[in-house]
Amino acid sequence: MSQGMTATEKILAEHSGLSRVTPGQFVNAKVDMALANDATAGKIIARFREIEVERVFDPEKVVFVLDHYTPSNNIASATVCQETREFTQTAGGQLIEVGKGGIEHCVLPERGLVLPGDLLVGQDSHTCQHGALGAFATAIGVTDMAATLALGEVWLMVPTTLKFQLVGQTDDWASGKDLALFIISQIGVDGALYRAMEFSGETIENLRMDGRFTLCNMAVDCGAKNAFIAADGVTDEYEKGRAKRPYTKVNSDPDAQYEKVYEWDVSGLRPQVARPHIPSNVVSIDEAERVPVNQVFIGSCTNGGLDDMKAAAEVFAGRQVHAGVRAIVIPGSQEVYLESLRQGYIESFIEAGAAVSTPTCGPCFGGHMGIVAEGEVCVSTTNRNFPGRMGHSKSSIYLVNPAVAAATAVAGYLTSPEEVLA
Amino acid sequence: MSEAEPTSAQSMVYRGRAWVFDDNIDTDRILPGAWLHLTEPADIASHCLEGADPTFARSAQPGDFIVAGSNFGCGSSREPATFSIKALGIRAVIADSFARIFLRNAITIGLPVLVCATAREEVSLGDELEVDLGTGTIKNLTTGVVHQSQEFPEFLRSMIAEGGIIPYARRRLAERASLQEQKPL
Repeated sequence: MSQGMTATEKILAEHSGLSRVTPGQFVNAKVDMALANDATAGKIIARFREIEVERVFDPEKVVFVLDHYTPSNNIASATVCQETREFTQTAGGQLIEVGKGGIEHCVLPERGLVLPGDLLVGQDSHTCQHGALGAFATAIGVTDMAATLALGEVWLMVPTTLKFQLVGQTDDWASGKDLALFIISQIGVDGALYRAMEFSGETIENLRMDGRFTLCNMAVDCGAKNAFIAADGVTDEYEKGRAKRPYTKVNSDPDAQYEKVYEWDVSGLRPQVARPHIPSNVVSIDEAERVPVNQVFIGSCTNGGLDDMKAAAEVFAGRQVHAGVRAIVIPGSQEVYLESLRQGYIESFIEAGAAVSTPTCGPCFGGHMGIVAEGEVCVSTTNRNFPGRMGHSKSSIYLVNPAVAAATAVAGYLTSPEEVLA
Repeated sequence: MSEAEPTSAQSMVYRGRAWVFDDNIDTDRILPGAWLHLTEPADIASHCLEGADPTFARSAQPGDFIVAGSNFGCGSSREPATFSIKALGIRAVIADSFARIFLRNAITIGLPVLVCATAREEVSLGDELEVDLGTGTIKNLTTGVVHQSQEFPEFLRSMIAEGGIIPYARRRLAERASLQEQKPL
């Protein structure tokens, strides 16, 4: 019998019409969903027209989400959104409008537009998030996306797979974010360059869907091509009422070939903090300096889920955002926003003195809705803390989970939830 | 902007000055998010690498080379970051390694990239380089040291030779159309 395959290899083989593939092989894979957003839609459309083709390969398998500079923050953005609406009307494709969805990586799973076993390409680097559903999901560039919209296929090199086998229960205040930051601190921002990251083990099996999304979201922040968590009962539960077509649960073979297997016991892992100016500059919250902050941001594709809103609300409830701090909370999607409202989380945020906004990617990449000034410190639940990421090139960003962010907003300096709740 | 011709009509050998950068130069530093709405190549080029060196875009000359450490272009998938380097007229980027999406974008838009493990350590700012984009050989004319970059797999070399993914996509669509015509009714 031939060598077994990893789940990533199986999905790539199946979508390329091959019985097996091996790392390093180039394949032309059929795409189940192609995802783009307003940040680069204008450029994708221009490149698509250069291919001299009228219609996208399959309007049902193309989705444009207006999420980056929306609701439009200037005329340039408004023009791109207008052009995107026209394009989906004439060339085809689904459009997720302002007020109807939210951040692309939150909305696609909610709508059942990406399912276990699927192959998804997206123009946004955090497209790897969808691997949390047991799908193959990776990011491609603008010109690549234009070609994919025309062809319905994408060229890919089959990556080697790194396996992360995690056991143990993390600290009560730690979440998927802390697993992600811990892993990046161990392997570095290029530790998974070009590779697939497969997460498994008891810790992952016990991780709720939102935590899985967060973990897979940041795979690209250690260089990975894709992330993968095998679909299981947690996935099935999540898909109830969402999946509108049958899906395939793909598992790695027991004799699959991994480039490397990391085995870690994360029992009692404390909340992690990525200090400026690189996501791998990580310490535990207990070792982090109590640095005074100007802005706290809670949201983004990384931490815009309902569990994230809940964690923040539990800390904010009955407390006040510190006088020297502005706190901004942005649910990842309309669904999360509405449910947060019903659960009373939004009330907790507003009563605490936090600004709450309609879903947008804005603050995370320094686009709008929370840009930071020279010399300011921002504690954020987002994914990158490179210089200038959220505004001025001389600002500083600390990446944390939502509970730590909320605690910091209340204290006025970087701190742990226990310290605020005590 | 006038671009220097290759040193001989037949070859892909180019000379230019080296601009040296560290490891992990991310796309937020290559082109900050605030400039993603720009559409004019000259405007995009004017912000190239401003997060790493605010004077770079003003000082670099068309035909110069970027020589960087590992994981060049990490972070966001923003193709305008890759494009800003091309629009500035940089002849090629040489690095110990590239982030995946940056490398892919460079190939699809036709910005030459060379993966070379030894150049960054040896080359200094302002060194005169002679680079053969055909063979991947990098000669540091200032120091006399020669470096060899990795060869890309055949699939990528053919896409680069075809002119990137736009001509590739046009050809694939034409092939499909002719297959369709050949099908019996």
